[in-house]
Amino acid sequence: MNLQSKLAILADAAKYDASCASSGAAPRDSVGGRGIGSTEGMGICHSYAPDGRCISLLKVLLTNYCQYDCLYCVNRVTSNVPRARFSVAEVVALTLDFYRRNCIEGLFLSSGIIQSPDYTMEQVVEVARVLREEHDFRGYIHLKTIPDAAPELLQRAGRYADRLSINIELPTAQGLAALAPEKNGAAIDRSMARMAVHIREARAARDAQAAAPVASLPRARSTRRASAPPFAPGGQSTQMIVGADATDDRTILATSARLYGRHRLRRVYYSAFSPIPDAARALPLAAPPMVREHRLYQADWLMRFYGFAHEEIVPPGRDGQGGMLALAIDPKLAWALAHRERFPVDLNTAPRELLLRVPGLGVTAVDRLLAARRVRRIRHADLARLRVPLTKVLPFVEAADHRPGRALEAVDLAARLAPPPRQRGLFE
Amino acid sequence: MSRTVTLPHPTDWPGFRRAARALVQAGMAPGQVDWRVAGDAAGDLFGAGAEEGAAAALPALHPAPQVPAAFVRLCETLVLHRDPARFALMYRLLWRLAHEGALRRDPLDADRLQARRMARAVARDMHKMHAFVRFRPVADGDGQTLHVAWFEPDHFITEANAGFFVRRFTQMRWAILTPDASVRWDGEALHTGPGAQRADAPPPDAGEALWLTYYRHIFNPARLKLDMMRKEMPRRYWHNLPEATLISELAQGAPERSAHMVAAGATTPRRRIAAR
Repeated sequence: MNLQSKLAILADAAKYDASCASSGAAPRDSVGGRGIGSTEGMGICHSYAPDGRCISLLKVLLTNYCQYDCLYCVNRVTSNVPRARFSVAEVVALTLDFYRRNCIEGLFLSSGIIQSPDYTMEQVVEVARVLREEHDFRGYIHLKTIPDAAPELLQRAGRYADRLSINIELPTAQGLAALAPEKNGAAIDRSMARMAVHIREARAARDAQAAAPVASLPRARSTRRASAPPFAPGGQSTQMIVGADATDDRTILATSARLYGRHRLRRVYYSAFSPIPDAARALPLAAPPMVREHRLYQADWLMRFYGFAHEEIVPPGRDGQGGMLALAIDPKLAWALAHRERFPVDLNTAPRELLLRVPGLGVTAVDRLLAARRVRRIRHADLARLRVPLTKVLPFVEAADHRPGRALEAVDLAARLAPPPRQRGLFE
Repeated sequence: MSRTVTLPHPTDWPGFRRAARALVQAGMAPGQVDWRVAGDAAGDLFGAGAEEGAAAALPALHPAPQVPAAFVRLCETLVLHRDPARFALMYRLLWRLAHEGALRRDPLDADRLQARRMARAVARDMHKMHAFVRFRPVADGDGQTLHVAWFEPDHFITEANAGFFVRRFTQMRWAILTPDASVRWDGEALHTGPGAQRADAPPPDAGEALWLTYYRHIFNPARLKLDMMRKEMPRRYWHNLPEATLISELAQGAPERSAHMVAAGATTPRRRIAAR
């Protein structure tokens, strides 16, 4: 099989992984090196596919042969999709070629499980090793780790990679047992915990080293000591499939909060379950729940940047009803409408935590308002100049020359703030 | 009394800075100063450089303006904006910083917001250039490979942005050609040159086909979301992105492909495990 066909099959096999982030790596460049590559902290999206997803990394599988039978997965052993396998040298050459063309920030490598978890993980790590050691590649590397692989392999992976990830796949242990019989939720959790420890230790070692003074002899050429070995400086992330089982949004957000809290994950990705070629009989295929996925990301943001606790965002369900995020309006607006007694918020006196709860005010807008009100009173015109969505913000705030009056109590407020349903063309 | 200052080139931050300081010290209000760039239609009438010298020779009636370091950094970005009014805005802000004490603490001031918006447009353009420059390899005379790209930025960012490519591709030899300027890295030093034309850059090479294959297959037809794609990768960049030629074909075929996946019955599973 030629390289074109392999690439086609192994990119097809990788596209259901939502993550393509290339951020969080320690700044480095290729000045003084033998190879190419740099990272400057902020990730770069080099292209966008028509599905609106960023293309930052060459995202491929080393092979899509797999022993596992995860029902939601296009590469499960019982699927009849065409199979292929890259050699280590082929992935290395593709990565370097795309990188030289400035098409990518680096590589995101994953693999189906062949022979054994250890063997598979060794092959994945070998690609990263060759890129780093033989080609002195200084771009971004994200490796998907295999939870059942030996801890030493995980440790080696962390030495070469900027980011590591293990997919939790489904938000509940029951879901995982039902849909991914060979995967072990406890093993996934153990691996995440182990990675979290390595990441924390490597960071602590770097910080300690940066703080320690360096003693040097007079006229010594350099006073820099070798830096502490890094371990996945970009942290770890994971992905949950949404809509393949019946889990509600409240439970999904609780799982995310646990992952952020316990394992210090950088990101949890939500992937709307999407029709795949040659799907399993057991799963209903329908258009992917994209709006739900979008609302989950917004709720995730509320937890990470807006001070919301996960259990506040969605009211608990009862008798199998509820427990879901509203689809018509964003979760912050939904929360505000359900808690009108907390509003209006006075822009000139309210603390930051309360300003962050106002629908339509983002973190940047809030910080500008806080800075401006130290020198003068905030007025209606200031909001207009900040270009925040006024119809959304005004009912919930007071300013020097603005009071929402009865707008907040109006029963039709929710209807007026929900965007009108939009007829979408097929080829928009 | 009014003054016209003609700067020798569109991104002349040091020249602007010298002239602006002298004008503030001479008490010239923003409405009295007209800013031009040599080579612009209006600028030519007055002759390059002379006015800048004239501004420097003004009597210093007031102390030199003191500005926060952040304002200097903001101006270094603003000067790269293509809007001819950028110099007037920068001078107005400098004047106001010298005369209005509260301005530096009010992030919602209209002039400051406008300046920040323009600086953000420049920063975004620089970021998009990091992302959307596409190199194509060509063999040069010495049998070595030169990577060449053609790019059309919105603002005057080419030279200011070259450092990123130097740090990333230090061991390569490359050139980026744009309508305003060109930059070339020979592995040791950066050379800047005049603007170029699209025809000066190389056509697609055979190796580019692999990248197109990747783009075609990483797309999930069940998730078509063209407005999201266009928001981050606006149409004006498409004609210099090789993969953009696939967009309309992929988008048109997507509904049928995903409907087919949903409608297709499950097949009889065969277990196939790699022998190796």
